[in-house]
Amino acid sequence: MKTLNLSKLSAALAVGLLSLNAAAGEVRFPVDMPKPKDGQLVHVPPTMEDLEKSSLHPELKRVIRRGYDLFMNTQQLRGKNVFNNMNCSSCHMGEGRLPYAGPVWPAAVVLPDYRPKNDHVNNLEERIAGCFSYSMNGTPPEYGSDDMLALAAYHQWLAKGVEMYPSAPIYGRGYPRLPDPQQKPDQARGKQVYEAKCSICHGSDGAGLVQNGKVVFPAVWGDQSYNWGAGISRHFTLAAFVKHNMPLGQRGTLSDQEAWDVAYYIDTRERPQDPRYTGDVKETRARYEATFHKHTSYGLTVNGKLLGDHANTGEKPFLKPEVLRPRTFTAE
Amino acid sequence: MRKLLTPLSLAMALGATSAAQALEGDARAGQQVATTCIACHQTDGGGMHIANGQSWPRLAGLDAAYLYKQLRDIKAGSRQSPVMMPFVSMLDDRQMRDVAVYYSQLPATAGKGGEQAGAEDLAHGEKLATVGDWERYIVPCQSCHGPGNQGVGSHFPALAGQHAGYIADQLRAWKNGTRDNDPLHLMLAIAERMDERDIRAVSLWLSRQPAK
Repeated sequence: MKTLNLSKLSAALAVGLLSLNAAAGEVRFPVDMPKPKDGQLVHVPPTMEDLEKSSLHPELKRVIRRGYDLFMNTQQLRGKNVFNNMNCSSCHMGEGRLPYAGPVWPAAVVLPDYRPKNDHVNNLEERIAGCFSYSMNGTPPEYGSDDMLALAAYHQWLAKGVEMYPSAPIYGRGYPRLPDPQQKPDQARGKQVYEAKCSICHGSDGAGLVQNGKVVFPAVWGDQSYNWGAGISRHFTLAAFVKHNMPLGQRGTLSDQEAWDVAYYIDTRERPQDPRYTGDVKETRARYEATFHKHTSYGLTVNGKLLGDHANTGEKPFLKPEVLRPRTFTAE
Repeated sequence: MRKLLTPLSLAMALGATSAAQALEGDARAGQQVATTCIACHQTDGGGMHIANGQSWPRLAGLDAAYLYKQLRDIKAGSRQSPVMMPFVSMLDDRQMRDVAVYYSQLPATAGKGGEQAGAEDLAHGEKLATVGDWERYIVPCQSCHGPGNQGVGSHFPALAGQHAGYIADQLRAWKNGTRDNDPLHLMLAIAERMDERDIRAVSLWLSRQPAK
C-alpha cells in the first residue's frame, strides 16, 4: 500500500505538470489530460532511464531493453510474427506508459484473469499473443520464447510498485470510453473529419506511409492494417483512441461526435479477415457477436456492402494462428 | 492538364510509399531564378549556420512541394520572414515552382552549428528527436519527420543535416507566432511545449545527423 501511495504522489506531480501547461492559458494547444478521479489508482511507470539506474540484475536489464526495443519497433518481427504495418507503439503511445493511450502495465497486474473475448483465463503472454494475432495480423512469438519473455518483462517493469490485482479502478487504463454519441455515427461526416484531420498522415486510402522500407504512419484500413478481430475494430475503442490521442500531439481537440464519426468511417472500411473466420462472415459474426462483434461492423451490410465477406488475410499466409485455441484448465 | 494529372494520380495510387505529390517545375529555369538566392543560400543550396544570428537554411535536397509552399506562405505572411520578403516578392508562381524544384534536386549538404555541442545537450536532443518526452506531451520528431528525421513527403521536411541555428529559429518562430503555416498546426502544438533547453538540444543533435 505504501508503494501505491508513492506512485500516486509522483503521478500527481506529473499530472500537475501537464495541467500547469494548460493553466498558463498562453498556449494554443494545451494538454488537457483528464484529472484522476477520487479513488483511482494512478501509477507513473518507470522510464528506461530509471531502468539503467535501478539495481536489477544486468542480464534482466538487457532483457527488458530487448522487450522495449521489440515494443517500439515491432516491425523487426515482420514476416515472422507481424504481417502488417503496425508496431506495438502505434496504438500504445508514449512507450506504453501514457494514460488514455493504452498503457500496457495494467496487463501485468490484472492478469491472469478471465477474458470474455476468448472465454477463458489469460495470462500476460496470452494477452500479448492476442495483440499479435489481431492487431498485428500475425502470430505471436512462442510462449516462453526469448522475444515473448522480453516483451512480458518490459510490461512488468512498467508496472513496478503496483500491487497485484488492485481493487481500485486504474486511471487512464486502455482508452477510456467516450459518452455515447449524440447522433448516430455517420460515414459521410466521418469521411469529412478523416480528410481534414487524418489523411495528411494516414492517406486518403488509409494505407499510412512506408518510407525506405520503414513504417512512418500506420495503415488504418486495408491489407496493412489491423484485422477484423482487433479490439480497435470496435467503434467505441477506436473513437476513444482517436479522441484521446489524435491528431498526434493534439489530443482532445476533436469533439466526441467527430471521434465517433471518424471511427465509424475507418472501421467500416475493409481490412484482413478475422482469424476466427469460419468461412461464413455472418456465422462468424453471430458466434462472436455478444463478446465482440456487437461493437464492430463486421458481417453487417454498410452502404450496400457486406463487410468482411472475403477470404483475404492480407500479407499473412494463414488465417488463424495456432495459439488461438480454447483452454479448459482441467486435467490434461 | 488532364493528361498530366492522370499519370500523377496513377503514380500516387501505385506508390504506397509516396503520399507526396510531385511538384511540377523546371529545374533549369529554377537555376536562373536561384541567382537571387545564392548570396545567402549558397551555390550548393547549403545555406549557412550563423552563430548568434539568423541562420540561412539548407535548401538542397528538401522536398520541392515543401519549398514551394514556404515561398508562398512567406509571401502571404503566414510565415513571417522580413529577410525573405523582398526576394519572394520578386517571384511569380511559376518561378517559385521552378526554383523549388531546382533546389530539391541538389544533393543534400551537411548541417552545421552542432560541432561544439556538449554530451548532455546531445543526449537530451536525441531523446526528444527519437523518443520524445511524453510527460510533457512532446512527441518524438521522427514520428512525423520520419526515419532518421530525413523528412516525409511534402509536409514534414528533413531536419537531419539542417543547420542548428535555423531549426532553433523556427521552433522559436512557432512559439512566438511569427510562423503559423504548418498543416493542422501539428508542429506548433509541439513547439509551444518546448523550452529553450529543449530547442537548443534538439537543434544541435539534429544538425549533426546525416541528411540522407
